Order: sequence, then C-alpha cells, then structure tokens
Amino acid sequence: MNAIAINVNRKSSGVSHFGDSTFKWLTLLMALSVFVLIALIGYELFVGARPSIQKFGWHFLVSSSWDPVNGVFGALPYIFGTLVTSFIALLIAVPLSIATAVFLTELAPLWVRQPLIMFIELLAAIPSVILGFWGFYVMVPWLHDHVYPLLRSSLGFLPFFQGADHGPCILSAGIILAIMIIPIITSVSREILRSVPGLQREAAYALGATRWEVTRIAVLSYAKRGLFGAVILGLGRALGETMAVTMLIGNAPYIGWSVFAPGQTLASVLANEFTEASDPLYSSALFHVGLVLLGVTLLVNALARLLLVTFAGPGMKPQH
Amino acid sequence: MTAANHKLRNFKDALMQIVALLCAIIVVTPLVLIFYHLIKLGFSSINWAFFTQLPGPVGEPGGGMGNAIVGTFILLGQAAVIGVPVGVLGGVFLAEYGSPKSSGWIRFAADILNGVPSIVWGLVVYGLVVVPMHGFSALAGGVVLGLMMVPLVMRTTEEVLHLVPAGYREAALALGVSKWKTVLQIVVRTALKGIATGVLLAIARVAGETAPLLFTALGNNIWARSLTQPIAALPLQIFNYAMSPYDEWHRQAWAAALVLLLLVLFINIGVRFLTRDRWKAKI
Repeated sequence: MNAIAINVNRKSSGVSHFGDSTFKWLTLLMALSVFVLIALIGYELFVGARPSIQKFGWHFLVSSSWDPVNGVFGALPYIFGTLVTSFIALLIAVPLSIATAVFLTELAPLWVRQPLIMFIELLAAIPSVILGFWGFYVMVPWLHDHVYPLLRSSLGFLPFFQGADHGPCILSAGIILAIMIIPIITSVSREILRSVPGLQREAAYALGATRWEVTRIAVLSYAKRGLFGAVILGLGRALGETMAVTMLIGNAPYIGWSVFAPGQTLASVLANEFTEASDPLYSSALFHVGLVLLGVTLLVNALARLLLVTFAGPGMKPQH
Repeated sequence: MTAANHKLRNFKDALMQIVALLCAIIVVTPLVLIFYHLIKLGFSSINWAFFTQLPGPVGEPGGGMGNAIVGTFILLGQAAVIGVPVGVLGGVFLAEYGSPKSSGWIRFAADILNGVPSIVWGLVVYGLVVVPMHGFSALAGGVVLGLMMVPLVMRTTEEVLHLVPAGYREAALALGVSKWKTVLQIVVRTALKGIATGVLLAIARVAGETAPLLFTALGNNIWARSLTQPIAALPLQIFNYAMSPYDEWHRQAWAAALVLLLLVLFINIGVRFLTRDRWKAKI
C-alpha cells in the first residue's frame, strides 16, 4: 500500500520535473533572445558596412564628402546634423520636462496630476510620422511667420540666427525632436522625483523652507544623478529619431553655424537614400552610417540605464 | 531686513510655481494642437471609400486607403505572432526564474534593445530577410515590428508578474503543484490582464512605426496578396502622401493620420480603463 503510494508519487514528480525543466529552459531561451538580437544587430550592420569600413576606415567619420557618383563617402555632415538637432532638442526639452515633473510630483493639486500624466503619455504615443506631418504643414509655417523673425531681430547678432530661412531647417527639426523627447524625460524624471524619500522634504520644511526651496535643495539636488539619467535617455531617443526629423530638416548635408539652414542627420540620410542606393559601395556606406548611429545610441543608452539603475535600483518601470 | 527677505522668498516661491505650471501647459499644448488640426484637416475626408477603396490615380479625387489599413493589421498580426510569445516567456523568466544577477543583465539588455533606433531595425531586417528573399515583403515588415515588440513585451510582462502576491505562488507550491504549472496557471493567469495591457501597448507603439517599414514592407498601391510581396501600411502611406505635391493626397494623408492616431490613442486609453485598479500604478 505504502509502496504503491510512493511509487505513484515518484512517477508524478518525475513527470512534473520534466515539465518544470523544459518550461524553465524555454523561458530562459526566450529571455536570452535579447542578447541574440543585440549581437544580430551588430553583426548585420557590420557585415553590411564591411566594404565601406575597409575602404574608408575611421576617415568615414571625419570626411564630409558624400558623393555616390564617384564612390566617395564620409558621414561628418550627418554626424553634425544629428548632434546639433539633438542638442537643440535637449536645450528646449530639459527645462520644460523637469519643470513639468516637479509640477507633477511637488506642486500640482492631486486632481490635476492623473489627467496631466495621461496627456503626457498620450503625447508619447503619437507616431513619429504624424508629428512630422503636422510639423511640416502646421508648425513650420507658424514658426516662420512668428518665431523666426523674432529670433532674427532679437538675437540676430549671433551666428546661429543668421542666414536665409526657407522652409525646413535644423531648428525646426530640433523643436519637433524636443516635443518627442519631452514625454520620456518627464515621465522618467517624475519616477525619479517620486523616489526621493519624503523625509528629505519634511526635514527641509521643518527648517522653514518654502515650497520652492524644498524642491530645489531637498528634492532636485538629491535627485541630480537620476535626473541626469533621464536626460541622457531622452538624448538617446533624439539621436535615433527618424521620420519627424526627415520630414522637417530639409535633407541637405550642412556644416555651419546657422540653425536656419537645412541639414541632414544619420537617421534621415538612411530614410532618404537607402532604397535608392543601387551601387554596392553606396549601400554599404549607408550601412556604415547605420553602424555609427547604432554605436552612438548604444553608448548613450547604456550610460542612461547605468545612471538610472544606480540611482533608483532595478525597480524602475519600463519606458516605452 | 528679515521681513524683506521673507517677502522675497515667498515671491520666488510663487514665481517658481507659476513657471512650473506654465511649463506643464506648454508641454501638453502640442498634443491638443495636433488633435485639433488632424480633426480639422482630416475629418472631412473620412468616408466609406476611405476605408474600402484602393488609392486613386495621381492627383484625382476619390480613392481610399483600404489596402493600407488591411496591410497594417496584417503586419501587426505577424508582429504579435513573433513578439508576444518571445516577450511573454522572456518576461516570465525574468520574474519567476532569473537570479537577481542574470535578470539584471537581461533587463539591461532589453532596455538597451528598446533604445535601438527604429531605422536601424529596418537595416538589420533588410539584411536578415529582404536580401536572402531577394525582395521587399510583408513578411520582412512583420518580422521587424515583431522583433521591436520583444523587449517591450518582456519588460511589461515582468513588471506585472512582480505584482502577483508571493502568497499565491507559495499556496500553489504548498499544495504540491509543480513550479511550471504554478507559474502558468496561477501567476500568469492572475496577471493576464496586465500582460494583455503590455502587449496592447507594444502593438500600439509599433503600429505607428514608419522608419523600419521603409526598407522591409516598402508599401504599394494594391491589395495584399501574399506575405512574400511588398505590402502597404498606414504610416507608410501617410509619409508618401504627405511628401507628395498633390492636395488631394494631402487631404487623404490627414484623414489617414487621424485614423492612425485614433487607433493608437484608443488602445492607449482603452487599456487604462481595462486595468484601472491594480496595474495602474505600474504601467
């Protein structure tokens, strides 16, 4: 009797052990797919870019001649455009995002917070192509009629605001990028500010600080590193953003001071030229551009994640 | 002296509160404006033909985006077939099996993967699917969107599984239920709504992706016939029409943008109502 029971027990535990280990290995395999994907991305781009890497090497990064007819390629104007548009985007987005995050966690009445958070999440959900479309037909004409003349008359002595402006330009692309990265910087900053211990605020209040002083001394300076992580995460998004930038930047290689000039970014040159690249070296050079873009965004994202993980721990919620 | 100082501090306090409020208003203004303009410019072009007909000849009025709408759903279906199982099972590993160290690394890799620019995904799948198959295809479009979904679904699945109380697992294990059955029938089932939310949000996210489709699905003006042929998609069609010189196409692009935005926002708002109670805090 007893022996039978044990026997049955052993048998069933054997079966479930098989199920257990199979399932565990299956989930492990799926989880490891993220490493496989990262390796695959690097490999595919490297293979595609190899002819260009062999031909131009590191010179690719500092040369500004992009001449498909003669087979000479250099990505400097695109690197320049990417950096400048992202910088403009950060310049606009960072103060707005952090102020909004402060408003959401420290100042706003409770009934305002939830709807405002939803609005910001919806802004993040707008597809890039729609932002670009709206930007091209609505925002850019408005900027040209109202904002750019103002910039020119008040700050025109700076080299940035000189030169002709017709239609799409670097500044327009930077502004649409700012709109696109504000939601992510705001929501990550909000998470960061929320994780600042309440005791920190109470101590400052107890010393007689005003609300702004509490925010500045006890909250913002405490959260500095996390906020920096949020900003870098936004930068990572800005560097690789494609559609809206492609539609607003004017798509002409440019290196210079004026933000009213049309430009080109690493991502936009890919979107514009890849399907037209018939020559193998040409398409290889575009893969090379993709490799540079991947390298830059991976570095920036890794830095952001390290900052965020070391500030807030692994419990940070995922950001879409 | 102190009174003046006090006044100054209070003034600064009030000023900064107003500045923060203004910033918050500026931040949400584009959303309102985009909505307003899309409705103003796009609503009048939405009619039965828009949903059911093929694009008309260049510059002529009429025609619709039926093929692009169908194409988008076909692409999303393929993406879900790839992205959901891999993402959900990977998330199960992160939450239920992984050690803090291994989960930490996988989570880090998934977050890094999330930051890969969408245009780069397009290049990768071009090399991976389009070149071996000798042509652009709906399959390549589905693959690229599916791969992009993997890290998104993985991370949200993990998050919601962490919300399932440990007592549920312990109770099941104490009753002699094997671990994998506990995970599948107790933990995953309890968190099913939350997982579905994550999946829907990931679908909404890739539904609007344009850049990765440029070199994979390519787009066309006919009804989808097979997965090995190029296929039209709503975001691609918006891009092509928006950049064309024809007014009639612009009108259609506004309508398509409105439809796409409503689809995306509908999913985003919908899941919020679906999962108002428990999962709200995390997703």
